Amino acid sequence: MSNTASTLFDKVWDSHVVRKIEDGPDVLFIDRHFIHEVTSPVAFLGLQSRGIGVMFPNRTFATADHNTPTINQHMPVADPLSANQLKALETNATKYGISHWGLGNPKNGIVHVVGPENGITLPGMTIVCGDSHTSTHGAFGAIAFGIGTSEVEMVLSSQCIMQPKPKKMRINVNGQLNKAVLPKDVVLYIISQLTAAGATGYFVEFAGEVFRNMSMEGRMTVCNMSIEMGARGGMIAPDETTFNYINGREKAPKAEAWEKALAYWKTLKTDEGASFDMEYTFDAADIEPMITYGTNPGMGIGISQHIPKAESLKGGKASYDKSLNYMGFHEEDAMIGKKVDYVFIGSCTNGRIEDFRAFASVVKGRKKADHVTAWIVPGSHIVEQQIKEEGILDILTEAGFQLRQPGCSACLAMNDDKIPAGKYAVSTSNRNFEGRQGPGARTMLASPLVAAAAAVTGVVTDPRELL
Amino acid sequence: MAYDKFTVLTSSAVPLPIENVDTDQIIPARFLKATERKGFGDNLFRDWRYNSDDSPKQDFVLNNPIYSGKILVAGRNFGSGSSREHAAWAIYDYGFRCVVSSFFADIFKGNSLNIGILPVTVSEAFLDKIFTAIEADPNAQLEVNLPAQTITIIATGENESFAINGYKKHNMINGFDDIDYLQAMKEEIGTYAATSAY
Ligand code: SF4
Repeated sequence: MSNTASTLFDKVWDSHVVRKIEDGPDVLFIDRHFIHEVTSPVAFLGLQSRGIGVMFPNRTFATADHNTPTINQHMPVADPLSANQLKALETNATKYGISHWGLGNPKNGIVHVVGPENGITLPGMTIVCGDSHTSTHGAFGAIAFGIGTSEVEMVLSSQCIMQPKPKKMRINVNGQLNKAVLPKDVVLYIISQLTAAGATGYFVEFAGEVFRNMSMEGRMTVCNMSIEMGARGGMIAPDETTFNYINGREKAPKAEAWEKALAYWKTLKTDEGASFDMEYTFDAADIEPMITYGTNPGMGIGISQHIPKAESLKGGKASYDKSLNYMGFHEEDAMIGKKVDYVFIGSCTNGRIEDFRAFASVVKGRKKADHVTAWIVPGSHIVEQQIKEEGILDILTEAGFQLRQPGCSACLAMNDDKIPAGKYAVSTSNRNFEGRQGPGARTMLASPLVAAAAAVTGVVTDPRELL
Repeated sequence: MAYDKFTVLTSSAVPLPIENVDTDQIIPARFLKATERKGFGDNLFRDWRYNSDDSPKQDFVLNNPIYSGKILVAGRNFGSGSSREHAAWAIYDYGFRCVVSSFFADIFKGNSLNIGILPVTVSEAFLDKIFTAIEADPNAQLEVNLPAQTITIIATGENESFAINGYKKHNMINGFDDIDYLQAMKEEIGTYAATSAY
């Protein structure tokens, strides 16, 4: 019956509302809270100055990732400001009894990689973190989104935040994906269709055959980037793929608790006839390997295409010109053949094992292009371990690449991994904003296959030609 | 942290007619290393404002002395990207108390309200009128009236009303924040937590 049909999002949200405020936000209970060194110190200072404590320390998990070096992690961190932030995280975690995976801990890694990997992220949860790509955890059928530091302080002190309920959007992608088209291409394609602000005010559910057939790693890539179309977050209903991924992970429920959880998780899907405020449907056949040419993630095209003319797009020409000017590109330029100076594979978008497998499938038996600097950064120590165990490291080494240590690295360039001004990078991360990867850096976002093709040829190359 | 109360703000405004201004532009990541909330205003729009040798870029609006005021007026989709509250802190610390645009990114909007900056969403047409008014007179005054939920270009009397939910409005007018509110309902939260599945 349509009047009682509800969406996956409604089910999870409504069951977490502690109080509804009239003409105001909902008070939403938060099951899991992740913190890192950059956005938490001021929140802890806030607690101190108010003289209040942490309400449920066992629901918060700390990891150091944003501002950590990716080489020589066993040595003291050289930059005093970075060292100070890492120290603050450790001190605060200890003081309030919060679990902390600092540098050197075998569980350490990017917050959105280690949460799922250790079974902390589960279906039906509400999850927040002071990082916008918290949306990644939505891949498990959780409501997960990024928050600001004031909200970090709220969650620490009361395990709740106050949020107006977003509107609901569903994005369906049906059919079969073409050769060499990865989850990253699917989401870059969707963002290019909706624009970088196209889903602002909405929470997105991804549905349809393409997502049903996708691995958990792929679903995480897609949900990760839902924020790049302005959405509060994205989610995918849990299914056998989800349950198989979670089963046996360290903090996942076991035995009887597992059976009970499973029964609940199976109810977490959108009922037939439930309504959305907005719905889009795309055909998988229309998607080819993607690359961005501008300075927001909505400025993406199929790799074989040419940069569009300003008049063919919505939005201001002045901003468009500014963007192309920054990139040193021109309307109607072909992307294929553009010179590449740096290649970055990593981040919470594409720093999981599947991404390194894809990268290795192209570089195997080839050599790194001489002029290219490549930063290959696993999302966590567990991923690093897998890379070694599966023989991927050998393939990389043989091709002339080096593996670095886990962290956010060049995704936001807070550490030393900065792309120099004016240089071109093909990056598997999530943002191509001006200066995101270093002042003056020029970023082209793409999948691990496109990154690999660029790394071995030294120019933007269609990966289909190398497979 | 409680913040200044906000009722009626009358001020000249600084125009930034650029769309999709993301939080990496508002404050680049390399300035996020502080462990205290201090001095972020100096690095507001750092890479648009200064050359790599730290000399000011003459053509950027914050370096143009004819523009000043407590209101920042910006193009569509302001504050997209990273959730860093540092972006809102930088805007506040620089001296702005209100940002006007035709569209705000969600997290930025929430962060602003949490620290006492009022984000005012106006129509595309009214935004153009504001830019035109400032172009004609860099000292053009705007009145932002929170109790009445209106924004007015004083010279021409043109105005528009804006939306804000009743709870946030009440908080801003009184300088309260959400943490005060949540502290007062801890018992209710504890009761909920006892029934939580996780
Ligand atoms: S990898 Fe990038 S997007 Fe992901 S958590 Fe780190 S900084 Fe944020």
